[in-house]
Amino acid sequence: MLEFYGKRFGSRLLLGTARYPSPAILADAVRASTCEIVTVSLRRESGDMRAGQDFWALMKELGTHILPNTAGCHSAREAVTTARMAREVFATSWIKLEVIGDSDTLQPDPFGLVEAARILCSEGFEVFPYMNDDLVVAEKLVEAGCRVLMPWGAPIGSGRGLNNPYALRTMRAHFPDITLVVDAGLGVPSHAAAAMELGYDAVLVNTAVAKAGDPVAMARAFAAAVEAGRLAFEADPIDALDMAVPSTPLLGKALL
Amino acid sequence: MRVAIIGAGVAGLATATEFAEQGHDVTLIARGSAIGENCCSWYAGGMLAPWCEGESAGEQVIRLGQQAVGWWERHVSGVRRRGTLVLCQGRDMAELHRFARRTEASEVVDGDRIDELEPDLAGRFRQGLFFADEGHLDPRKALVELAQKLREQGAIFRLGVDAGDVALDADITIDCRGLAARDRLPDLRGVRGEMLVIRSRDLNLSRPVRFLHPRIPLYIVPRGEGVHMVGATMIEGDRRAHISVRSTLELLSAAYALHPAFGEAEILETGVDARPAFPDNLPRVQRCGNTVYVNGLYRHGYLLSPAIAHMAVAAASTPN
Repeated sequence: MLEFYGKRFGSRLLLGTARYPSPAILADAVRASTCEIVTVSLRRESGDMRAGQDFWALMKELGTHILPNTAGCHSAREAVTTARMAREVFATSWIKLEVIGDSDTLQPDPFGLVEAARILCSEGFEVFPYMNDDLVVAEKLVEAGCRVLMPWGAPIGSGRGLNNPYALRTMRAHFPDITLVVDAGLGVPSHAAAAMELGYDAVLVNTAVAKAGDPVAMARAFAAAVEAGRLAFEADPIDALDMAVPSTPLLGKALL
Repeated sequence: MRVAIIGAGVAGLATATEFAEQGHDVTLIARGSAIGENCCSWYAGGMLAPWCEGESAGEQVIRLGQQAVGWWERHVSGVRRRGTLVLCQGRDMAELHRFARRTEASEVVDGDRIDELEPDLAGRFRQGLFFADEGHLDPRKALVELAQKLREQGAIFRLGVDAGDVALDADITIDCRGLAARDRLPDLRGVRGEMLVIRSRDLNLSRPVRFLHPRIPLYIVPRGEGVHMVGATMIEGDRRAHISVRSTLELLSAAYALHPAFGEAEILETGVDARPAFPDNLPRVQRCGNTVYVNGLYRHGYLLSPAIAHMAVAAASTPN
């Protein structure tokens, strides 16, 4: 079973809650996907806790676990402040930590990320860092106390899928005991299946579902793909070969 | 029938108009001391664009919104039926294709046709979409004109009055208070919108232009004589404080990308308010005893209020 900081989950799909046509469609998509964890952003309303309350209340009503995130923060300090606010608003020590380093690619800032992760872990937060696929950054985050890592597949919202499967495979091999989630950049369910086949513990999707023509159907499609990918990983897939191997054995074939 | 209408935003005024035209005695009660005060309708774009909205809004909005242009033409002056132009930068062409795929009634236009439609944008765009049957109006003029016509028809206006403080001497009450009605409609929420009004000496668009962008979609609605409304952000929350630096940067840089001459325009005004919305972002007309609640018009106040006003009259006329 999937485990995040001691809590266990049946579904290996996490959904973001931004950019849906309406909160009602978002709620339907969450139900259709049977996901148990949603991420919620606080950043755009920071400084005014009351302002976003109606939307946050709707998120709480979904009945899923809430993983607040620090989307849109460009410095460790901003991210830490947002995380503290999230702890109050959602009464959780979970935080998906995002520190953006480049506004065009929304690429994570590894230095700010590690700095913020150290502070938050020391304050008792359970940190889910959104990171690139660099092994050294991953090491530093684990040293800081993170038991979950969320490397990107591709830049946020780009829908490009797994840009560097080699790096993701290496990370899986390097951190067998850390919960690994591919976060960001997935466009279609086959991307999610591919991540799961690599042995990732879960995937997080937002834009690919929210901006689909039918978000509810797409949420179901992602859920099915995540399940298929996980089953395939557990079933130990065959390796790719350069030559053909007949699926019908030659033995017993008539010799003419 | 004596009808008390609470709220003088676009929903209240359109509903009052429909009742008055059916021969009912209409009294309008609003907290603002002038038309447009304390109401998010004052900051609207005024686009009557059901097909473009269909990109994200669904079939009900397209269907109900189609009567809007005609209704407004019958009730106020200055309604323009010049269509909507949808454009994007070259690198965002995927957005244009997606928009075309998810909407109906658009025509693909090439550079020459765009230049012909909007000469001030000449040479800047090679491909776009044109929704010929859509219209636009100036929301502020429209509200004031509706109110004026209502007065002429004998409607009574009680402005600067909180409906909770006065006895409503009416057979039926229509509650069009927008977000203020949260005391009765608990699933209503606010969606903050920010806008700017700018004046350019060089550019004078003749129809609303939607400028697609993966992160910052923008629309610009001309108000005539170089004045343009630039909008609008969509942020969950009901904070009505000042426009943020980020929203200003995003909206204005998108306008600048549409045409660099907007960089020389003057900023006449910034505005912020919160739109009332239900969880499905669709409007609701519901009767409860002798009160009809009309609310949740979200970003479609001018587009949907004619249809919603009609439904309010029907709801009030049906025996309870």
